[in-house]
Amino acid sequence: MANTREIRRRIRSVENTAKITNAIQLVAASKMRRAQDRALQARPYAEKMQAVLGHLSGVASDPESAHPLLERRDINETTVILITPDRGLCGGLIANLERHTGEIVLGPEAGGSGDISMIPVGRKGGDYFQRFGIDFRASFQELGDYPGLAETQPISRIAIDDYTEGRVDRVLLVYASFVNTVTQVPVTVPILPVEPPASDEDSSGETQYIFEPSPQEVLADLLPRYVDLLVYQAVLEAAASEQSARMVAMRNATDAANDMISDLTLVYNKARQEQITSELLDITGGVEALKG
Amino acid sequence: MPLTLEIITGERRLLRQEDVDEVIAPGSLGELGILPNHAPLVTSLVPGELRVKTGSEVEEFFVSGGFLEVLSDEVTVLADAAEHGSEIDAERAEEARRRAEERLEQASDADRARAQAALSRSLQRLRVLEHRRRRGGGGRDMSRPTA
Repeated sequence: MANTREIRRRIRSVENTAKITNAIQLVAASKMRRAQDRALQARPYAEKMQAVLGHLSGVASDPESAHPLLERRDINETTVILITPDRGLCGGLIANLERHTGEIVLGPEAGGSGDISMIPVGRKGGDYFQRFGIDFRASFQELGDYPGLAETQPISRIAIDDYTEGRVDRVLLVYASFVNTVTQVPVTVPILPVEPPASDEDSSGETQYIFEPSPQEVLADLLPRYVDLLVYQAVLEAAASEQSARMVAMRNATDAANDMISDLTLVYNKARQEQITSELLDITGGVEALKG
Repeated sequence: MPLTLEIITGERRLLRQEDVDEVIAPGSLGELGILPNHAPLVTSLVPGELRVKTGSEVEEFFVSGGFLEVLSDEVTVLADAAEHGSEIDAERAEEARRRAEERLEQASDADRARAQAALSRSLQRLRVLEHRRRRGGGGRDMSRPTA
């Protein structure tokens, strides 16, 4: 049986850990709320943009006016934009993302579809895949807890440039999609070539739009922004996922620490009782002996 | 029937207003005014001033480019960035103008276009401010962002 002082030291150490995990949990909870709000606020813009792109799907599918970002080529080179957190302590989130990405980048499919390069966004994913000697087109870190379009645009611009100049034939986006506070799922979204959303078929009347300056030019303006937006939204969702995963992981850690503290306290009290009992026995034994 | 105007950027919904009489926007083919019963339209925007008329009231916004869609009396502005007149920081815009002009003088060809774009954005911001001042300000104050 461990002696009382040792147990007391354990208890103090676990208490300190619980204080830290509790603090991280509280910080993550408040960041999570804001990150979720931001992810939601970006939605109306995305929906509207998809709708406008839908109106243009006729132009987009016309080979005459084909835009370079719509052009499908044989896939020799794929770039994977992997969005991960910069910091750990967020449960299984990073491991799940790495496993998911590993299947694309290192798995059997990788060999079949030509070369793979990556653009890691966030330190964790970059650190992990560097070990496999994968070529990085660029890498981004420390976008902050609430990145804006200005921070994410350089990412999409690299992808767009690489694609238009023919260095890559496909760009995939991998990030943790935010389902709810306890569930985040790694997803793969192809962003280039752009897959225009199907035009809303229920409005069978097909409104005839006037396009200024011309449908082709509006499309050419719209497509790069659409790619920017897909990346921006993914980064926002990834941020919401990160904070949620961290909050849940730290809450579990705090709960586990508290359980451990109450278990240890019980052991400590028992040990103390035993010590007192044995001391009392010693004393009464001594008294009895003196009486002789 | 009046127009419904929505101004949305990637980061927030700046405005949704239902009783608008006219919208004047900086289209890429020149300024265009939209009145009720306008035909369905999609146009790209250039950096400039967007004016919103409601009764006798006029409000100025700055948009840095993007798109405008009109469909059955609903006007949607998808802006790269947009600000209400009251949100524009005169000093910052002035500073941006100076920087852009400096860069333009010593710019190589590659940078020239970007400096030009930055210059036009700052000039348009200042123009929005100028119009707002000449009108005597007033109207909504959106300088403190609503959460």
